[in-house]
Amino acid sequence: MTWLLDLTPDEWNAVQLSIKVATVAMLFSLPPGILIALLLARGRFWGKGFINGLVHLPLVLPPVVTGYLLLLSFGRNGPAGAFFEHWFGIVFSFRWTGAALACGIMGFPLMVRAIRLSIEGVDRKLEAAAGTLGAHPVLVFATVTLPLTLPGIIAGAILSFAKAMGEFGATITFVSNIPNETQTLPSAIYTLTQVPGGDAGALRLTLISVIISMVALIASEALARRAGKRLDSE
Amino acid sequence: MSVSVQISHRQGNFSLEAGFMGTGRLTALFGPSGSGKTSLINMIAGLVKPDQGHIEAEGRVLLDTQAGIFVPRHRRRIGMVFQDARLFPHMSVKSNLGYGRWFTPTTERYADMNSVVELLGIGPLLDRRPGKLSGGEKQRVAIGRALLASPKLLLMDEPLASLDEARKAEILPYIERLRDETKIPIVYVSHSIAEVARLASDVVVLAQGRVAASGKTADIVQRLDLLPAEERGEGGSMLETHVMRHDEHYAMTILGSPAGEIRVPRLDAAIGVPVRIRIRARDVMVATRRPEGLSALNTLAGTIVAIEPEGRATVEVRMDCGGAPLLARITEQSRQALNLEPGLVVFAIVKTMSFDRGNTGVRHGGEVHL
Repeated sequence: MTWLLDLTPDEWNAVQLSIKVATVAMLFSLPPGILIALLLARGRFWGKGFINGLVHLPLVLPPVVTGYLLLLSFGRNGPAGAFFEHWFGIVFSFRWTGAALACGIMGFPLMVRAIRLSIEGVDRKLEAAAGTLGAHPVLVFATVTLPLTLPGIIAGAILSFAKAMGEFGATITFVSNIPNETQTLPSAIYTLTQVPGGDAGALRLTLISVIISMVALIASEALARRAGKRLDSE
Repeated sequence: MSVSVQISHRQGNFSLEAGFMGTGRLTALFGPSGSGKTSLINMIAGLVKPDQGHIEAEGRVLLDTQAGIFVPRHRRRIGMVFQDARLFPHMSVKSNLGYGRWFTPTTERYADMNSVVELLGIGPLLDRRPGKLSGGEKQRVAIGRALLASPKLLLMDEPLASLDEARKAEILPYIERLRDETKIPIVYVSHSIAEVARLASDVVVLAQGRVAASGKTADIVQRLDLLPAEERGEGGSMLETHVMRHDEHYAMTILGSPAGEIRVPRLDAAIGVPVRIRIRARDVMVATRRPEGLSALNTLAGTIVAIEPEGRATVEVRMDCGGAPLLARITEQSRQALNLEPGLVVFAIVKTMSFDRGNTGVRHGGEVHL
């Protein structure tokens, strides 16, 4: 097994970067993910179908297209890119933050779907009961709806993380393949397969990616089951 | 006055035009399913907003569509016990009980966890999850949860409807204690005359979204015509009695009433305790002479006040037994054979075995401060 850990510095960087990018993508997608899921599950407003379509777009578009659209809007000269750079000092293009953005957006539909299904499964009668007990709607959401949605939120978060670990097309289109900055695991594997003698490194990284994905999936399963057990359906 | 309601509401083809005043300890909204009673109670709780109406509870206006007042449900301070309990599955019984307390202003908290737990006998359940409770236990916890929010009015929406007879018998005494020992006015929705007769001080009868009748329970229970067809067999007269003595040898309790002594199966109640009994009209036989050689133990002398035909085959015989009204439902054939007419002195016969837990309710004394 030791040969597995015998990584070159560039390979090791790719592993660390991938985990960082996936974690950041997941954490930053969670609040808007829950909000959009709530809106889609409960909201009744004009243009709901449009929002739903927009959220799901990255799922059906070729990743290259998503990446190119990101480049147009979040690149240094794009409107959103300029806005973030001016007001928050955040630059996305050709940076790891851009990789996180691309991964977050690609994983967003998966996250929203999982959370939305879970919110739709919450018995609204319980919320009515909480209301008669004196809880303000915001507190009803925080103390009843949200805890009951937890298994779905965990599942959504893990799906988003897993998607981010594997994201390739949109990332490479948007932020390219710069070692130590935007070279995530899939990009590193791709690079290694393109150079002579890179097979061993590609295999090492492939195995590592399999292991990380498996651990994430098993952990999410266990977490969701624990949360589900607590609910112990009546 | 605890609650006054005046509602006008349309929902699809159903129109609800109802008003009532609940002044007693426990006002029952009685009627068949689809009569609008649950809609009415949901409007009092603030779960449904009626098209037009006025609702006042304990002197506070909760809804006045003309003045544009609609107090949201979480500010009404009205407790609600649902038919399906609706306990929070992600919290322990204890957290469920304490939930409403969080949102009650300190100065308005009157319910105390220990007293409520003791009143409802739910001490052993506190650390459990709602998923692990029986139907009856869930309902007791739901009642406790509503009480611990220190409500000004308690609404109960068919709390026993989804339980079997044994579980119903388990919960009824707790609701009686609630009625007799606490000061919270209760509005109770039910389609069962047995529950209404046992629990209610006042009854509002609803039919197709309208109030068909309202008044004291004893008066309403006798109006068999108000009862839905499937409940008519349960109708009859209600007597307020008290425990005179127990007959330990035969395991019976002798109740004193204006109509005379009535022997019922042994009750778990002390001498002098008030007991409300309901005598189903179909359980009463009528004789023109004091019968002999009969197994029934209760023979009450009285005078026929009125005879009302009920369909072709049956009649209702209203009697006055020493001031207590008694209702018998017999066949038209028997009436003619005995030549029963108003004014006639008769004997009403009631089997001891026709009394069961469903129609014998012990009134609880004392007062519990929650």
